Amino acid sequence: MNYELVLVRFGEIVIKGRNRNRFETMLLTQIRMALKPFDKLEFVRSYARVYIRLNGESYDRVAERLKDIFGIMSFSPVIGSGLELEKIRENSLQLIRNLRVPPKTFKVSVNRGWKQYPHNSIEMNHLVGSHVLRNTPDLKVDVRRPDVELKVDIQKDSAYIYCEVVKGAGGFPLGMNGKAMLLLSGGIDSPVAGWMAMRKGLKIEAVHFHSYPFTSEQAKDKVVALARRLAYYGGKIKLHLVPFTEVQTKLAQSGHDSLIITLMRRSMLRIAERLAEQNDALAVVTGDSLGQVASQTLGSMNVIGRAGSLPLLRPLVMMDKQDIIDCAERIGTYDTSILPYEDCCTLFVPKSPAINPNLNIVERAEAIMGAELERLIDEAVQGTEVVVLKDGGADAEASDRERQEDAWF
Amino acid sequence: MNTYYYDHCASSPMPQTVIDTMSELMRLHYANPSSLHKSGVDAMKLVDRARASVAERMGAKPQEVLFTSGGTESNNLAIKGLLGKTARSAKHAIVSSVEHASVYECAKHLEAEGEIELTVLPVDSAGRVDPKDVAAAIRKETVIVSVMHVNNETGAIQPIEEIARIVRKHPHVRFHVDGVQAIGKVPFNWSGSGVDLYTGSAHKFGGPKGIGFLLSKEGIELAPLLSGGNQENGMRSGTLNVPAIVAMSQALRLSMEKMDARREMMYALRRRLLELVADIPELLVNGTSALDNDSAMETAPHVVNLSYPGMRPEVIIHMLEREGIYVSTQSACSSKSLKPSRVLMAMGHNADRSSGSIRISFGDEHGMRDIEVLGAKLRAVVAGLKPLERTGK
Repeated sequence: MNYELVLVRFGEIVIKGRNRNRFETMLLTQIRMALKPFDKLEFVRSYARVYIRLNGESYDRVAERLKDIFGIMSFSPVIGSGLELEKIRENSLQLIRNLRVPPKTFKVSVNRGWKQYPHNSIEMNHLVGSHVLRNTPDLKVDVRRPDVELKVDIQKDSAYIYCEVVKGAGGFPLGMNGKAMLLLSGGIDSPVAGWMAMRKGLKIEAVHFHSYPFTSEQAKDKVVALARRLAYYGGKIKLHLVPFTEVQTKLAQSGHDSLIITLMRRSMLRIAERLAEQNDALAVVTGDSLGQVASQTLGSMNVIGRAGSLPLLRPLVMMDKQDIIDCAERIGTYDTSILPYEDCCTLFVPKSPAINPNLNIVERAEAIMGAELERLIDEAVQGTEVVVLKDGGADAEASDRERQEDAWF
Repeated sequence: MNTYYYDHCASSPMPQTVIDTMSELMRLHYANPSSLHKSGVDAMKLVDRARASVAERMGAKPQEVLFTSGGTESNNLAIKGLLGKTARSAKHAIVSSVEHASVYECAKHLEAEGEIELTVLPVDSAGRVDPKDVAAAIRKETVIVSVMHVNNETGAIQPIEEIARIVRKHPHVRFHVDGVQAIGKVPFNWSGSGVDLYTGSAHKFGGPKGIGFLLSKEGIELAPLLSGGNQENGMRSGTLNVPAIVAMSQALRLSMEKMDARREMMYALRRRLLELVADIPELLVNGTSALDNDSAMETAPHVVNLSYPGMRPEVIIHMLEREGIYVSTQSACSSKSLKPSRVLMAMGHNADRSSGSIRISFGDEHGMRDIEVLGAKLRAVVAGLKPLERTGK
């Protein structure tokens, strides 16, 4: 089908009272940014929706991108038709015939924006509906709960016809709900948590703890690849790479073997909160899922969470692992996440980590390390390296190299 | 004297860019890609990129590309590897009678060792397998069917799509295709082809010798031919040849980009050569000699196979060589043997005609004028040899 327009409907933001205008502007800007590669597109904003005029760009490719923009409830491909009754009828029929799943029932809703049109809406419903009905065997009319609703919008210049409704990503426009730091490990869960946070309108900055030489360069590359994938959804992602080796080796020597994970996670949270403060973020997002590993039992969450004071958001907390994996596959992070490079947590893992750590013992252990631990945490924060990642684009160093290497491929 | 290299089926020249790539990589990326340090990791990144590039050009997934030392190894790995991983006690294989030696002799060897039962499929006078014969030959013990894409002596295109459809009806049978002569000459898209294993060799499409690949559908396990460091998912041990792998991926890209133009040009050259040969009654065309557009379905554009019955082919080769023209007898690999061509015999030709064949294969450097020169020289050489003809035996 040759589509002329895409009608994009906004999601939850329409209920947001006086801020609606601001949020819609935000979303429209994000749609424009995401669709920048398609330079022929034109955008026309209307109440709680936007029309995108394709001007020859491929609908399929535009749709592929639109599906991943947060804040969009749904969208529809629209065909433009001449105003003659015969043309409207013929185009309506073609549209129904070209649907991937042939509907059993339908109804027609004509809206006459241009009131000079010779037939009124009620007449048009019959004129168009009867034509489609006559020419499509096995199709029936159901005005209450039709499989498809064929919409015809008559304007002065042209009639717009559509019936397909594609579900969007939903949620809120990115950044509408402020900013949070995401603890990004390189595993399966944390990128999914990041995606979910972004979907709900949070701008994300990612924080990754690395322990070179205990972890490899590839482990870092993997996180960069994950952050870059998140940048596809979030426009641009700031990735904070925290050198965690010193803190980690200090904690490993504390003598509390079974508590090391708890101690590490507490230090990570402290560092993440310091970075949050520097970057005006108001929450920390983690990929914790209740009961998944020792550090994610309720007891551990309690003891670890007390090290910080910002809201700890755990989008995956009540999800099953398989559902998280399915989501990771859908958002395109799974294949990277399962690459076999260890991040800093899988190292130093004790044989039997505490699943119910004792807060008093943990606090005492930290008190003994006292100022020394504080100093190492300071150093880790100061030594943090920041890279800004864009979707598709590589970071400066890698892209330079790849560009040089392009000549070989 | 100008020389004309008409032996591209045997090996093709490398474009200068590919030579440059390979030598730069030898200089800069000497590290072993399996090493853990940065230098090794960088080399592995190049291998990964080359793998992705080969996969993209062939329509495969990166994890389906296995690097090998070339066509012979890929063919051996496909057949022996698959049979080696098959636990059944009775195993049966099906190959065509016109396969390259690395498939045919491999299967014959396994048969002689008592490892498998073997069915060798006949071909028609154009050198093509009848898919019905494949259907009839498949048994419950059959493990593998191996039919080449383009024949290396005659250029005949085998009906691999139809054979794939037949094999797909038997989930216990895998289909291997030797695509060495097809890549860059005959369109092929791996995904959706129904083929399970597909062989490619770099030096037939402008890459270096000593490197090739085997496309292997996800989930297929192959018993390795070599024991060692378990590179390539354990299926092909041996240090990855980084410069050759990257050079191959580049050569493949360059070759694929020009495929449409090349096909058009080469079919035109082929048509013209056949017209010229039609005026030399001593020379007989083996395989499809039709000049219409449909022949593109039956024969690859870059090969013409001729016989001069009663004349030892090496005499013609050397006479042409004195004129600066390089061609092969049958295939380059078997050209030193004086036996009649197995392929031509299978097509129903007599020993006389099958022993006297010469193979002319074009490359991108050839144009219409070169073909005119070739035609004239063929005519002159044949005229010079005419008095020496021996018929019968």
